[in-house]
Amino acid sequence: MAQIPESQQKVKFYQTGTFTVGNRLLDAEHRNVQATMDRCNSLDSGHRACQGCGEALGARFAIDAAMRASNNQLIAANATGCLEVFTTPYPQTAWSMPWIHSLFGNASAVASGIAAALKAKGREDVRVIAQGGDGGTTDIGFGCLSGTFDRNDDVLYICYNNQAYMNTGVQRSSATPGAARTATTMPVGKNPGNVFGTGKNVPLVAMAHQIPYVATASVHDLHDLEYKVTRAMEVRGARYIEIFVPCPLGWGSKPGDTVKLARLAVESGMYPLFEAEDGEITGVTKIRRHVAVSEYLKLQRRFAHVFKPDNAHQLEQLEAIAERNIRRFDLVSAEGEEE
Amino acid sequence: MSKSAPEQSKPFAITLDVGSSLLNRTGSWRTERPVYLDRLPPCNHACPAGENIQQWLSLAEEGDYQGAWREIMKNNPLPGVMGRACYHPCEDACNRAQLDTAVGINSVERFLADEAICNNWRVEVENPPSGKRVLVIGAGPSGLSAAYHLALLGHEATINEAGPVAGGMMRFGIPKYRLPRDIVDAEVERIVTMGVTLNLNTVVDDIPAAMQAGGFDACFVAIGAHLANRVDIPAADASRVLDAVSVLRDMETGDTPPQLGRRVVVYGGGNTAVDVARTAKRLGAEPVIVYRRTREQMPAHDFEIEEALEEGVVVNWLSTVTGADEKGFQIEKMALDENGRPQPTGEFETIEADSMVMALGQNVDTSILDHLPGVEIADKVVQVDDNMMTGCEGVFAGGDMVPSERTVTVAVGHGKKAARHIDAFLRGDRYLKPSQHEIASYDKLNPWYYTDADKKLRPILDIARRTSTFEEVMGSLDRNNALFEARRCLSCGNCFECDNCYGVCPDNAITKLGPGNRFEFKYDYCKGCALCATECPCGAIEMVPEDI
Repeated sequence: MAQIPESQQKVKFYQTGTFTVGNRLLDAEHRNVQATMDRCNSLDSGHRACQGCGEALGARFAIDAAMRASNNQLIAANATGCLEVFTTPYPQTAWSMPWIHSLFGNASAVASGIAAALKAKGREDVRVIAQGGDGGTTDIGFGCLSGTFDRNDDVLYICYNNQAYMNTGVQRSSATPGAARTATTMPVGKNPGNVFGTGKNVPLVAMAHQIPYVATASVHDLHDLEYKVTRAMEVRGARYIEIFVPCPLGWGSKPGDTVKLARLAVESGMYPLFEAEDGEITGVTKIRRHVAVSEYLKLQRRFAHVFKPDNAHQLEQLEAIAERNIRRFDLVSAEGEEE
Repeated sequence: MSKSAPEQSKPFAITLDVGSSLLNRTGSWRTERPVYLDRLPPCNHACPAGENIQQWLSLAEEGDYQGAWREIMKNNPLPGVMGRACYHPCEDACNRAQLDTAVGINSVERFLADEAICNNWRVEVENPPSGKRVLVIGAGPSGLSAAYHLALLGHEATINEAGPVAGGMMRFGIPKYRLPRDIVDAEVERIVTMGVTLNLNTVVDDIPAAMQAGGFDACFVAIGAHLANRVDIPAADASRVLDAVSVLRDMETGDTPPQLGRRVVVYGGGNTAVDVARTAKRLGAEPVIVYRRTREQMPAHDFEIEEALEEGVVVNWLSTVTGADEKGFQIEKMALDENGRPQPTGEFETIEADSMVMALGQNVDTSILDHLPGVEIADKVVQVDDNMMTGCEGVFAGGDMVPSERTVTVAVGHGKKAARHIDAFLRGDRYLKPSQHEIASYDKLNPWYYTDADKKLRPILDIARRTSTFEEVMGSLDRNNALFEARRCLSCGNCFECDNCYGVCPDNAITKLGPGNRFEFKYDYCKGCALCATECPCGAIEMVPEDI
């Protein structure tokens, strides 16, 4: 047996690798912000999000990472939506950082204004984030968002995508997937749920603005998420990150399955994880263990009807979307899945 | 204005004070609460010696080899023997087998034991002397284990061994190529230096007399099962028919190796048959194992059969020995009936051979207990109660002579168990087994979080040297791959502080207490979503319904 010198042997943490939040065998600097005892908990306890809220989780992950990257010199503008409502029922706030509530549609414009003011004051050390849900981003705030990208304002926009207007009672947004049941796309008729062939992919729209950094992330892959937020904070100019955040209320899923659903969405190809610089894709998170789309769908009541024999065509359409994502973003390694 | 100042300070239409959301105790929403718990790892559950395997693997994976070894020594004084001769039921139970392959627990144990021998690590007796004396009869694995544990508990243990060397079946039953004798010597010596008296060539035939003469307060009998079962082979020359026990014993103590001739038939299908056949091969003979059932039905472990076949041992399945003549032995072919039992077919053949070794099981020589009142012998073995005590008060028994699976590890486990009960007996008490946790079965785990990691295999000696020498067949792991192998442990059922619960809580309702101190729930804020329990890799969180 060939003897590998200790110096050349990579230290491998096979017990859980980097898939868990932290690992006691890892050096401190390689651990996630969320693994540290002194993480800032920008979004603290006592907020009124539902049990198992993916958005509350995604927001703490992202903002804590941004806080570390900016040495806690961070201001956030927040669009109207769940995130704003459940964190700040006046006069209480769950935010332990400078935070401002804007209108539903102008969070990026408010953030652009803050960035301009900081520039005027010469405060380059203070960084600006705008954040909101998919409704406030892909529909109502879309014009302002495009303007921020167009001007390349020094703002990181984070969209927490739970694929519908959850705060107001689960109405369809332009991020709602085909076949999904919402209050405005009821599962009736020959093509129940949301119509296929509608909506928009804002990460790709952001890339079309040739802004310095665009990425998609998911609450199930914290290491990847924190890396992308940290990478975005290293760059100046307009940046966009979309985080996939399952919603137990709107999706009809168990609160304890939130992270699992995010994982299944990514592993089935329904939600591709990638990053792009200056309009060009620079990195793709490969699928680790490929699962069937139905594994992802069957845990959600909003897709219950696609498993009825009459609606088999809808399941096929969703599977075709996953296959296209896998092909388009090259989500499966040439050598096959990691085994 | 008559209104009080605090009310005035509130903005229009607001009844609450401005403040943090921490004022809002969302824990009141909860219908289920998460609770940290420790579940019993399947490896620990399966270990006949009761080792806390997961605990010592956890120490080993931090590179604390001595700490890991000391954890083994709490339950098993013979890890070097275990790391070679144990059939590792722990690995059969290991949850990792359902992910890729079981953790190489046995190989890590051997690595740790060899480190201990190499560095001369010792175990200190911390309990004060009790003034009690215990006689142990037989220096096999069971007796040595009992003496060791009794010594740890502060008792004075004396082992009387009838033979010229200590080790019992570790020396006379397990061939050198599986268990080098210097390992047995080192581990026996370590027990003796703890203050255990070892008297060799000392036969005890009257237990009450021996106890009285030596002033012993209790006795543990572990003389094993040394009487070979034999069957009559018509017309066989008695000098050409040997038994496995004496062949293997002669290998150890005889002046000359046993005379087996050129070709030897080994009759039987257990591990002892395979051991004899492989020993014969190394002595230059051509062994043929004759067994009346199929390979699948052989009681010998499959890996041993495999190794024997690799070394050129021939096996005739579905055959019985029916007679002998000057050329060799007659074999009758068997066939399985519809119940899977072998039935004679009337088809005969002759195997030319110079000798035959019977490996048909062993029995206990129970004559030592003849003088003892109350001792019950049934099914050719000595009956003991739950406390390992025979029908005679103060006389305990264990190992191969009591009803059990006859392996070294079971024997070591008996020694420990007996020592605990003897200790309680000497104090006029009863030892109560602590209650066991629920088993951490595979369905309790979240395997997503475990990275792929192939098992590190131990090097195997070349075939040429395996068939001509008694060198150890299985090599050792080295420092690098032993560490890697230990880290493959999934830590089933016990928190290893991966921070997952702390990370995935949407309500920041978990406090990290710092390295080694695990975590604590903030029930004031926990909404009971169960994300922590679902995402815990090792199944160390349980959701418990709230009383509503």
